Amino acid sequence: MPKSVQAQNLKIVIIDYKMGNLNSVKNALGFLGYRAEISDRREDVISADALVLPGVGAFGVAMRNLQLQGLIEPLGRKVQEEKTPFLGICLGMQLIAERSEEKGMHEGLGWIPGHVRRIKEDASIRVPHIGWNNTGILTKTPLFENIEDNPEFYYVHSYHFDCDAEFVAACCLYGSPLVAAVQRGNIHAVQFHPEKSQHNGLRVLRNFMNLVSAN
Amino acid sequence: MLKKRLISALLLQDELLVQSFGFERYLPIGKAKIAVEFMTNWDIDEILLVDMTATREGRKPNLDLISGVSARCFVALTVGGGISEIADIQGVIRAGADKVCINKAALANPEFITSAAEVFGTQCVVVSIDVKRHTPGGYEVFSDSGTTGTGLDPVAWARRCEELGAGEILLNSIDRDGSREGYDLELVRVVSAGVRIPVIALGGVGTMKHFADGAKLGNASAVAAGNIFHHIEHSTIVAKSFLKKSGIDIRLSTAAKYTGFVFDDAGRILKKPDEELEQIWLTRSRLEAI
Repeated sequence: MPKSVQAQNLKIVIIDYKMGNLNSVKNALGFLGYRAEISDRREDVISADALVLPGVGAFGVAMRNLQLQGLIEPLGRKVQEEKTPFLGICLGMQLIAERSEEKGMHEGLGWIPGHVRRIKEDASIRVPHIGWNNTGILTKTPLFENIEDNPEFYYVHSYHFDCDAEFVAACCLYGSPLVAAVQRGNIHAVQFHPEKSQHNGLRVLRNFMNLVSAN
Repeated sequence: MLKKRLISALLLQDELLVQSFGFERYLPIGKAKIAVEFMTNWDIDEILLVDMTATREGRKPNLDLISGVSARCFVALTVGGGISEIADIQGVIRAGADKVCINKAALANPEFITSAAEVFGTQCVVVSIDVKRHTPGGYEVFSDSGTTGTGLDPVAWARRCEELGAGEILLNSIDRDGSREGYDLELVRVVSAGVRIPVIALGGVGTMKHFADGAKLGNASAVAAGNIFHHIEHSTIVAKSFLKKSGIDIRLSTAAKYTGFVFDDAGRILKKPDEELEQIWLTRSRLEAI
């Protein structure tokens, strides 16, 4: 079967935990020719070929919603045991950490060792970190194929993923270096918003879908 | 390095996109969806979509319009107008917005900022502040589309918003709105210096130079404008080209060309020299002759 036809039949599930900018991600994937579905149902998570966890919101509320929806266990099984390709975006990247200090201490999904901490402010560093920032690619993971060096991506966040260096794929500089992308096997996650980073971002999403199709 | 942002403020009256002059007179432009598609292809860094009449006319955010607009919007989209409760924010974010902009709801009930930030994160909550200058005697925050004085000082109110959980301040000058005189730089400067969150300057841009002034002299994190982006060819690209020439760190897309623009001192774009135009004409006629 030609790759393009095969790609149409993939079940791409954007996880609905009642607070992400879900439609932006769906629109961007749709623009690239992929039909993604937004769902909060366990069955959809279990039968997905690819999982996307987008994000706008507060860490604690997000984890509580995932818990109430009974999605933590099936997500963990799919991603950690069955190795289904996973893309976390912004808060979706932070949720895979062990814990976060955003408004109290919260347990995360714990798929990649590390903690979520507040960005350090100083005279020139305003928090939240909002806008386009150059992103240094440390490891050319599949997500950064065909992307120029030091690309600009769009960020909106007050907290960052302080994660084990082993898994860091890209960093941006805002006062101190902040983790911009991580990878651990099938787990891919980015702090920036690819769905809001125009051409560069669409390319990241295309790369993720290419790896899903090849899977 | 984090770049300065160029933001297009698309002002709506219900579904109609308009230009605004002094919060009083409005000129119809057309459909928001088409403007958003142009802006996102023309390298704007963010889009701000505000329905100015929603709150006044007791309307909720128009979710159909937001969904339609966001379908082709691959840059950050902030939506304002008619937002007064958590369910409204949930609605516009699900429709494809990334951030929300609140004005009257924050003035009427400051705790709303906090509850919004608790659910959606501070980065999602932009508080819009409309300011009028009194001569003599400083600045005052106005509500209800610039009709009602609040007695609040803009710096004090911006600080309060920050404490309550706002992620950004959208600072609009009522006097400068539609004036083409440039931002109220003193206002931008004092508010930017007074808070630790990013400040977006809005109101008064008439030439490309005003954007550079807002970023450099006003020290705004982002410079926004409404009217100037309509009726000017490639307005956003020309603006970025000027910002770059002024030494401001700004995002340039690889898909557009930023060179070849000639500006006058005020940042207005100049006609290319006759020889160059002749050359372009010759090249074109040669190509078309084949």
